[in-house]
Amino acid sequence: MSQLGEKAKKAIEDKGLPIVIDEKTKLPLYVDVNELLLRYQFGIAKIYKFFEGLREGKVHMTQCKKCGEKFFPPRADCPKCLSQDMDWIPLSGRGELLTFTIVNVKPPSFANYKDYVVAIAEMEEGVRVLAWLDVDDPKKIRPRMKVRLRVVKRPGGLITYEFAPT
Amino acid sequence: MRDVAIVGVGHSVFGNRYDVRMDELAFEAVKEALLDAGLSAKDVEFVVCANAGGWSAESLPAALCSEYFGTLPRGSMRVEAACASGSAAILVAYNLVASGYVNVALALGVEKMHESPSLVQVELIGRGGNYFWEFENFGMTFPAYYALHATAYMWKYGLKEEDLAEIAVKNHYYASMNPKAHFRTKITIETVMKSRYIAWPLKLFDCCPLTDGSAAVILADEKTAKKLTDTPVWISGIGSATGTINMSTRDKFLKLEYSGLESAVEAAKQAYRMSGIDYENAAKFIDVACVHDCFTIAELMAYEDLGFCRRGEGVKLIREKQTYNGGLIPVNVDGGLKAKGHPIGATGCSMLYTLTKQLRREYGKYASPEAQATIRHGRALAHNVGGTGHYAYVTILSLEKPHA
Repeated sequence: MSQLGEKAKKAIEDKGLPIVIDEKTKLPLYVDVNELLLRYQFGIAKIYKFFEGLREGKVHMTQCKKCGEKFFPPRADCPKCLSQDMDWIPLSGRGELLTFTIVNVKPPSFANYKDYVVAIAEMEEGVRVLAWLDVDDPKKIRPRMKVRLRVVKRPGGLITYEFAPT
Repeated sequence: MRDVAIVGVGHSVFGNRYDVRMDELAFEAVKEALLDAGLSAKDVEFVVCANAGGWSAESLPAALCSEYFGTLPRGSMRVEAACASGSAAILVAYNLVASGYVNVALALGVEKMHESPSLVQVELIGRGGNYFWEFENFGMTFPAYYALHATAYMWKYGLKEEDLAEIAVKNHYYASMNPKAHFRTKITIETVMKSRYIAWPLKLFDCCPLTDGSAAVILADEKTAKKLTDTPVWISGIGSATGTINMSTRDKFLKLEYSGLESAVEAAKQAYRMSGIDYENAAKFIDVACVHDCFTIAELMAYEDLGFCRRGEGVKLIREKQTYNGGLIPVNVDGGLKAKGHPIGATGCSMLYTLTKQLRREYGKYASPEAQATIRHGRALAHNVGGTGHYAYVTILSLEKPHA
């Protein structure tokens, strides 16, 4: 149960209603007694090769067989020529850093991580990728520095991809 | 198409509004707008309600609020374009009147963000990108998206964190005069520089607050407008554009051609064409502007995207105080999103509230004579960006009737 949920429960036990007084404004707040847990599921059948690739240690882009347009994130349908015929091409992993930030205030879903560096790099194939950059000291980050895109396992076993300096 | 004028504007106090529910908050702005227009709720023929939602309990805000301020059984809808929802509502209301579908339409922006804890809001806004590819495994936040622009700008043009701080200082300065602003205190460069990092290089005082608020704009056709007011404020142009969902596919800023938003440039050019404004010299056609400064870097990008200066020279504008009142073009002299506050769906309507009062020369009395721009050309500009350039709207207001 969330912190707010605990508050509501306690207020009902004490006085019969989930009403709390906000510390700062001293105003009464009615805390929702219903709590909605949200977790989405999305269809990946059309880009399933991307996830198969991750298991094999590869990050794939797609390229339209008809017009040659390249895509990352990979997509199954081409907006330029409307073709639905794609080649799946593994990225070499060689790229150059274009910009970055350090996420200091994190969303609750990422509360257990230390501050992380998010970067966008241009890969030698011409597509760009956004991912974490595994760097010990962000002060060493330079414009257009060479980075390597690699498939990694996060604690807990989740497979994803990240950049590392070369 | 018919000409469309603003005949009434209203605005709630912005801030942490634990004292009201969503419909009560909307009522504050709509009541003021109706009184300003000299209309009753029964005269409103359609309600367009801008609300991004997610953090608040009520999921049908248009019906909820319409009933509360008394426009039933007139038609209504909710529109959503993230932080530009307010301007999207203006565009819809404008077209309802211009097309002749109705004579009087109400655009209402309302957002009740503090119905959820702050960090839940941070997560919900952070999800406002390309969810799987930017959030699922990488936990982006909104400040982080704009920080990617700030870093790119620093690398290309030598921008310093102190330069960004100048923008925060300006906007807090003007918010201190705005009776409805979330923050009414002046700050110094030091305040900004000493604040903690939220998403490097952006610090707490580079970021707009999480705000509850509402704003309302009543639009009418020429015949109705002339009956109601001697100073109708006409909508002379609206530009709109959409940007790519994923930051990594934005060519211009990643190829370091410039660090702005392609969508904002496109929206500006459309609005300028409709209003007869020259993009290269836009500042010389406009008396006062409200731009989308959700972060200090965003205001800098807006100067350049709107053609107020050349690429890379936005820094010069703020260093020389050219966007203070009395400078080349006063920008966000109501405090901007940065210090007036940014109730997501309400912001676009809030901008038009300020600009309508500016063009009517009422802003000085409302806030402070120091914040009333000199009205020479009779034109004002609102630049409202949803997401990180996903949605861009530029609206031009004019004292001169567009097709006269």
